[in-house]
Amino acid sequence: MNTVPTGLDGRFRAAAAAEGLLDVAYDVVESPVGDLFVGVSNRGLCVISYDTDAELQVERLARGFGSRVLRSPRPVEPTRRQLDEYFEGRRHQFDLDVDLRLARDFGRAVLEELGRVPFGEVTTYGALAARAGKPRAARAVGTIMNRNPIPIVLPCHRVVGADGSLVGYAGGLERKQQLLRLEGALLA
Amino acid sequence: MEPVRIPPFETFYDENKDPVFAHLRRLLGDGAEDAFQETFLRALRAYPRLKDGRHLRAWVFTIAGRIAIDEARKQRPRGAMPEVAVEDGLPPHAELGPLTDELPPKERAAVVLRYGFDLPYDEIAAALGSSEDAARQAASSGVRRLRERSKQT
Repeated sequence: MNTVPTGLDGRFRAAAAAEGLLDVAYDVVESPVGDLFVGVSNRGLCVISYDTDAELQVERLARGFGSRVLRSPRPVEPTRRQLDEYFEGRRHQFDLDVDLRLARDFGRAVLEELGRVPFGEVTTYGALAARAGKPRAARAVGTIMNRNPIPIVLPCHRVVGADGSLVGYAGGLERKQQLLRLEGALLA
Repeated sequence: MEPVRIPPFETFYDENKDPVFAHLRRLLGDGAEDAFQETFLRALRAYPRLKDGRHLRAWVFTIAGRIAIDEARKQRPRGAMPEVAVEDGLPPHAELGPLTDELPPKERAAVVLRYGFDLPYDEIAAALGSSEDAARQAASSGVRRLRERSKQT
């Protein structure tokens, strides 16, 4: 009787978010490409990660966004719903605010451009660099894609090499293929 | 001393939720659930102002203690706390809240738990996450500090 009942724990986590007391609310969302760690700040979606090691993610979020990081499913709900719809093929565009406050200058410009690459299409590292204003920065764009804080919603899986090769993906090439196949951008 | 980094709230909550709940159950019985939620919401509100990650358990137990006092006050008219001294209409531990405001958190928690709630030192030690000796020492140096202060004023 000396451990917190699940219902009470859940009520506290919901109340903490409802009162606007959290820097980041997070939860783990199931998906066909594996479990996703999802975090939402008061400004919007701030992290999606294939790495669901909560301790590591929570530390990282606390350093970047503030110490009040708590697992609380409610604020993550719209993201969860839109991800579900995306994976079921019913959604081609995410309608979510994103919080890119940790991205600076060129990195931020690139991530904003990335958000405009449409469902089912691919672009190249060089083309994305050019659209963000630095045509010769393809390599830098590669690094920015590798550290994309919000994969899937900011579709770095749609960025490929100039020769059409998949090049790389922070979540593993298999996931990149899986996402492109789901979007019909890759045959079989 | 170098300040200790404040852990993410999730870590703090995870480490303290069960001991705080057990403590509130002892103090309030069935009323513990509301007090539990209020304790951690209050901790969450104050969390960004914390300067040092030391003695966080003592800190949250102090918050829980204060909330338990408020709860006890609410319950009193229904006769829920019959054993409480009623001379001035307040349970004795209620007096300790404001009196001990300026003590360092660990000493404050030790004093409130010992003299306000009459907890034995082994339970205070558990609450503070320290040894029984350290709990005894924190309570006595807290009392000493209060005495010195009352001489000054």
